Amino acid sequence: MRGADLAARLRNRFPDTQEFRGEVTVTVQPHDLTEALRYLQDEPDLSFRFLSDVTASDWPELVPRFWLAYHLLSIEHTHRVRVKTGLPPDPDPPHVASVVGAYPTADWIEREVFDFFGVVFDGHPDLRRIEMPEGWVGHPLRKDHPLSGVNTQYKGAFIPPPDQRGL
Amino acid sequence: MPVQRVAGIHPGQTEADVQEEVHRGVLLTTIGKALAWARKNSMWPATFGLACCAIEMMAAGAADYDLSRWGMEIFRASPRQADLMIVAGRVSQKMGPVLRHIYDQMPEPKWVISMGVCASTGGMFNNYGLIQGVDTIVPVDIYVPGCPPRPEMLMYGILRLHDKVQREARIN
Repeated sequence: MRGADLAARLRNRFPDTQEFRGEVTVTVQPHDLTEALRYLQDEPDLSFRFLSDVTASDWPELVPRFWLAYHLLSIEHTHRVRVKTGLPPDPDPPHVASVVGAYPTADWIEREVFDFFGVVFDGHPDLRRIEMPEGWVGHPLRKDHPLSGVNTQYKGAFIPPPDQRGL
Repeated sequence: MPVQRVAGIHPGQTEADVQEEVHRGVLLTTIGKALAWARKNSMWPATFGLACCAIEMMAAGAADYDLSRWGMEIFRASPRQADLMIVAGRVSQKMGPVLRHIYDQMPEPKWVISMGVCASTGGMFNNYGLIQGVDTIVPVDIYVPGCPPRPEMLMYGILRLHDKVQREARIN
C-alpha cells in the first residue's frame, strides 16, 4: 500500500491519520502508543516490523510540549509510517512507555531522546545518557537550554565560558 | 725501542697556535642549553588527530612538507614516548577527560600545540557539545590559528615552539 491507500487503511483503526505527499502520519495519545505500535507490527497487511528511528521535538509555546515521532518501516511491503504522540509539559520530566519490548532497536534511540530531551521512557532496561558525558546538567536540545556559552564540565571542575573568564 | 716525549716542545706549533686551535674546534655551552638543543631537534609528537586539522597535520608529516627535517617524523602512538601533543581538531566534552589522560601520561618535559581555532577557542562550534578552548583542560604553549591551518602554519608554530624550548633553557 502506498500513500492514500495506506492512510485509508489506517484510518479505520486510527481516526487521526494524515497523508501528505505520500507520507502517512498517525497521531495517537501517549497511553495508546504501545498498543498502536503492537497493532502496526502484528497486522499482516501492515507488518511494520522495523523501527527506523525515534525522534523528538520541543515546542515550549505548545501543549503538549514534547512531540515524539516513531518512524516505522515494513520490510515485507516496503511502506513506511510515522507515529506521533505529544507529551504535556507537566510533569517535568515527561514520562512515556518504552517500546523496547516490541522493538529491541529502540534501546539506544530512546536513550538518545532521553539524553537530549529528558523524556523518561518507563520500562526501559537501561536508561542512561548515551551521547553527553555522565553527570551533565540539563538536556541540550530543549529550547530553554542555553544555546552558547556552555561551561566546560570536566570531572566536577567548573570552567566558565570564554566571555566570562575575565581574561 | 723506548721513546720519550720532551715536555714543552710542539713541533710546528707554538703555544698560541694550540690555544687558537682549541678555541676554533671546541664549542663551550651549558648542560641546559645542550639538553634543550637535543630536545628541540628530536621532538616526537603524540598521535592525536581529532578532526580535519589532523589531515593538515598528516600532510605536514608527509613527503611534501616533511617534518623529519626537524626530527619530528615519528608520530608516537604511545604518549609515554612523546613530548609534544598537537591537539588537531575540536575537542568534544567527552574527549576532554581522554585528552587530559593522554597528557598526564606523557613524560616531562612536555609541550602542547593547540592547532586550529576549534582547539584554541571552540571556533565556530559555540555549543553544548564542544569544549570552548583546550586550554581549559591542559596548558597550551603555542596556538596556531586557521580553519584548518595550512602545513606551513603548523610548521611555523612548531619552529616558534623550538625557539621557546631553546629560550627556556637560557632562562633556567
